[in-house]
Amino acid sequence: MKENLYQYILGIADNSLILGQRLGELCGHGPSLETDIACTNISLDLLGQVRNYYQYAAKIANDGRTEDDIAMLRNEREYLNVLLVEQPNTDFGYIIARQFLFDVYHLMFLNELQKSNDLTLSAIATKSIKEVSYHQRFSSDWIKRLGDGTEESRSRIQSAIDELWTYTDELFHLTEADEVMVSEGIGVDVTKLKEHYYKKVNDILEEATIQVPESKYFQKGGKKGIHTEHMGYILTDLQYMQRTYPNMEW
Amino acid sequence: MSEEQIKNLEEQFEARIARDEKIEPKDWMPEKYRQTHIRQISQHAHSEIVGMLPEGNWITRAPSLRRKVALLAKVQDEAGHGLYLYSACETLGISRDVLYEQLHSGKAKYSSIFNYPTVTWADMGAIGWLVDGAAIINQVPLCSTSFGPYARAMVRVCKEESFHQRQGYEIMLKLCNGTPEQKEMAQDALNRWWWPSLMMLGPTDDASVHTEQSMKWKLKRKTNDELRQQFIDQTVPQADILGLTIPDPDLKWNEERGSYDFGEIDWDEFWQVVKGHGPCNKERMKARVGAWERGEWVRDAAMAYAEKQQERKEKQAV
Amino acid sequence: MGTKNWPLWEIFVRSKNGLEHRHFGSLHAADAEMALENARDVYTRRNEGVSIWVVESKNITASNPEHNGEMFEPAQDKVYRHPTFYDLPDDVKHM
Repeated sequence: MKENLYQYILGIADNSLILGQRLGELCGHGPSLETDIACTNISLDLLGQVRNYYQYAAKIANDGRTEDDIAMLRNEREYLNVLLVEQPNTDFGYIIARQFLFDVYHLMFLNELQKSNDLTLSAIATKSIKEVSYHQRFSSDWIKRLGDGTEESRSRIQSAIDELWTYTDELFHLTEADEVMVSEGIGVDVTKLKEHYYKKVNDILEEATIQVPESKYFQKGGKKGIHTEHMGYILTDLQYMQRTYPNMEW
Repeated sequence: MSEEQIKNLEEQFEARIARDEKIEPKDWMPEKYRQTHIRQISQHAHSEIVGMLPEGNWITRAPSLRRKVALLAKVQDEAGHGLYLYSACETLGISRDVLYEQLHSGKAKYSSIFNYPTVTWADMGAIGWLVDGAAIINQVPLCSTSFGPYARAMVRVCKEESFHQRQGYEIMLKLCNGTPEQKEMAQDALNRWWWPSLMMLGPTDDASVHTEQSMKWKLKRKTNDELRQQFIDQTVPQADILGLTIPDPDLKWNEERGSYDFGEIDWDEFWQVVKGHGPCNKERMKARVGAWERGEWVRDAAMAYAEKQQERKEKQAV
Repeated sequence: MGTKNWPLWEIFVRSKNGLEHRHFGSLHAADAEMALENARDVYTRRNEGVSIWVVESKNITASNPEHNGEMFEPAQDKVYRHPTFYDLPDDVKHM
């Protein structure tokens, strides 16, 4: 099996899976009916993309596991998503901040992944770009509304950005599998996206009158399967049925 | 306007409805027509919104990715349906937040069935199959109701609703064709959702206060008892295909009537839940009120931003 | 309750090129941009549209149904505006 490619796909897919799962928790609890529908749409887009990736991973693994086995039956240490996406829905400010900080990265990433030598990955990227462009538009618009809205909203979105900032640097780390994939022209060299990312993020934050955090202390670990304490609970829900009723079809 | 003039208008109004003409929001209408419609449409909208909660409860735990996206899409549709219906209601001159207030204060009702808990995955199947099935029976006739905005909203709702029931039945089918444990889960869900689904079609005709007037205004085409019979007659064969047993020892085909006879419904339970004492009434309201209150600063921020943008635009123009 | 509620917007959707925009319904949004985004998610999530217009409901001027008599009835007897008003021999085709 092409171990590096398999790991590489999981790295991409797990981000969207966990973020989609987080947004799924929100459904029915949004600040307005219209916003509820919008957040669910983003969740649906992400989970749709996820299925494409895991189906591909299942094909590469070729050991009888299905997309669901791969998505739902790994141990926590085997999930490779970044720490950012597993952060909780503390309030709508955190939801938007997390979305925005991820969307800007996600869109840049997919734009590069489109050029991959791997035709399946490139095709998934091309298909996903339109959806993710919309996500970025949605979250950037809300960043501006909350930043330049009321005093309360500015202070809330500022706290969310401050708190989540520490998870942004990890987006640009390369794992060993990533490095191999980059060298083979399959993977994206995310280190090259970093400068552009912070410029774009800073521009929008400034427009939204939100202060760009100055902290230089960053967290990492998700890409190596070392997660925050939130992750176990996310997986408890995600894996509940598959673990409780093994080997059944639904 | 004199009493006689009003009486005259009312007669013309009733004649229009009898001719199958639609009533549009700005047309003259009797106050009672307006109030009845506000009550029924908003109750319907609230049911969609509260109905998101029992199913939303399983989104994070859906057993496969395919089921997860399908369930998410379904719950999202319910939000959409709520929105169509609130909009239709607003054309009668009442705002959405007043309607929310009525819901949150307990003044407005919603379908009682959503006050039951969803305790296993099979409940997603049973709700789609039975609850949406009963809802469709209620809703299809409303596509030709007399109030234009309501009828148009219902056309849209019914078009989208058909996938919900199929989704539910498919979930049940998969369980019934699965392991004994899965089939047992399906039977258990049917046992718990059967009677509440029958209650969902409303009190018996002799206990129903609104039926006659509602018939005239085409808010109802059939009585509650007729709808219930229709639901039972169409659902029993579907249960047979699944190999499940309807939890009613008195259920029996009546050759003469060409329908199923069925057992006594526990109306005490129905009224207990309607009056706010079902298993989840309090949780459901807490969830709705909580979402609305936690969203207040967000809604305020968006308004403040919109106003600032508007001011900036106006300044630029000067 | 918040100071101000999101206003109501009317949504018009073109289902496909070649067709007119048709009134689909309404929704709440704080500004036009949000109204467009919400309309996209609410009214076109099943691929129902290729173009959306949003108009704040308060900006629509509607005719008053009480004046329907003077507004619309005078058009009812202007039969000469319709092609069937004119008698032509059957031999004349395609007109």
